Amino acid sequence: MAFPDDLRYTPEHEWTRLEGGLVTVGITSYATDQLGDVVFVELPAAGKQLEAQKAFGVVEAVKTVSDLFAPLAGEVVEVNAALADNPALVNQDPFGEGWMIRLKPANADHLMKLLSSVDYEKFVEEQHA
Amino acid sequence: MHPNTTSRRTPFHDFHRAAGAKLVEFAGFEMPVRYGGDVREHLAVRNAVGLFDITHMGEFRVTGAGAAEFIHRAVTNDVLGMEVGQAIYTPMCRPDGGIVDDLLVYRFAAHFMLVVNASTTAKDLAWLQEHAPRAVEITDLSDETALLAVQGPRAEQVLRGHVPDAALQLGFYRFMEGPAFDAPAVISRTGYTGEDGFELYFHPRFAAQVWEGIVRAGATAGLEPVGLGARDTLRLEMGYVLYGNDIDDTTTPLEAGLGWTVKLKKEGFAGRDALLRQREQGLARRLVGFELDGRRVPRHGMAIESGGRPMGRVTSGTFSPSLERPIGMGYVESAFDRPGGTLEVVAGGSKLSARIVPRPFWTRGSRRS
Repeated sequence: MAFPDDLRYTPEHEWTRLEGGLVTVGITSYATDQLGDVVFVELPAAGKQLEAQKAFGVVEAVKTVSDLFAPLAGEVVEVNAALADNPALVNQDPFGEGWMIRLKPANADHLMKLLSSVDYEKFVEEQHA
Repeated sequence: MHPNTTSRRTPFHDFHRAAGAKLVEFAGFEMPVRYGGDVREHLAVRNAVGLFDITHMGEFRVTGAGAAEFIHRAVTNDVLGMEVGQAIYTPMCRPDGGIVDDLLVYRFAAHFMLVVNASTTAKDLAWLQEHAPRAVEITDLSDETALLAVQGPRAEQVLRGHVPDAALQLGFYRFMEGPAFDAPAVISRTGYTGEDGFELYFHPRFAAQVWEGIVRAGATAGLEPVGLGARDTLRLEMGYVLYGNDIDDTTTPLEAGLGWTVKLKKEGFAGRDALLRQREQGLARRLVGFELDGRRVPRHGMAIESGGRPMGRVTSGTFSPSLERPIGMGYVESAFDRPGGTLEVVAGGSKLSARIVPRPFWTRGSRRS
């Protein structure tokens, strides 16, 4: 399984993309493959302050549920409103239309502590070793 | 989460791989949990037809003088009243009324076949052997039995021409022996989905021809392979209990709403005294079905409350693909078991409002009764 190399990843299977000082966060294709069909995504409201590694939302799939963890600290500036009506976007396009929140990071340098695509791929493979 | 090296594979393993299945360890087997997606597979069964590998189920052959009487005493349902060619669903209870397992009993001319849950096969075999009289022989045929289910309103269309015509005339919970896709098989009009359908038991050496035959015959019917994920959502929409989730050694059939399978007039069956007592004293708790608004899903183990007071736990929960809403089952104090009654399900920091509804949740299936 290969993952986009312009993103940074967490061991909890979130991805992050830095654009114009904001960090977009979603879950990886590996995560959606594990979860199955997503039926609901509970996200915080814009303005909410997130703490790194703390749960900030919930993904409900038909068979299972999973918490979402903040990859880094920051303020939520936008949530993907399209997911309310169409949570299947998370399965269909996890790295694109299925994004979840945009953060104004407290410290964007902390992104470099996250996993590169190569390291994340290794991490996922180790889960199946 | 991933299959370990000790889990057993069914004879359909290569077909699952080829179909892109995600495989998980389940009751010691490496089983397909989904192929395309839970919802897609679920709806294929409701609207067209699905193919399930359920080879992990256990099969026992029971023979010998007194086999019928022995099974009759071991289970709660009526075995002596069965006709040859009939199958019944029944719990098997401990003396205290707790459920050892729920199973299917098939009556053949000169023997019986018991079909048990994968997770309880070893326990059931030990239990039955411990209680069997000397003349009754119980043989575990699980390793020599492949089992596929073809379920959905188009199941008959898929099998037509590949099984004897008489098999298509079978009523619900009737079976016959005959060729299925040229393999000697037990052809049974049974299932766990609420739809019309068949279950085919045959020797694993015929696995490839039967699987490929069904897939070929089903191509024009919209047949899809279906994993354990959709099997669970399909059974839950019907309110069917799952052993280990909704029922176990500590719950009785009466509490679980399986009173229709308990023939209390029958003398001398295991658990009768305890179940009679329970009926006389009244049930302290009952398994209820409930539906929820919103999209948060109740999950096995979540607490159920009423007005902040603990009631019990969720035993099964899912997002119902047919009803497009969350549904669940769980035990509550009997006094709260009334349609329209409201409960709260504790999901992490949130309390989800739930409404008790009659089972089955889904009433539009094609199942014949």
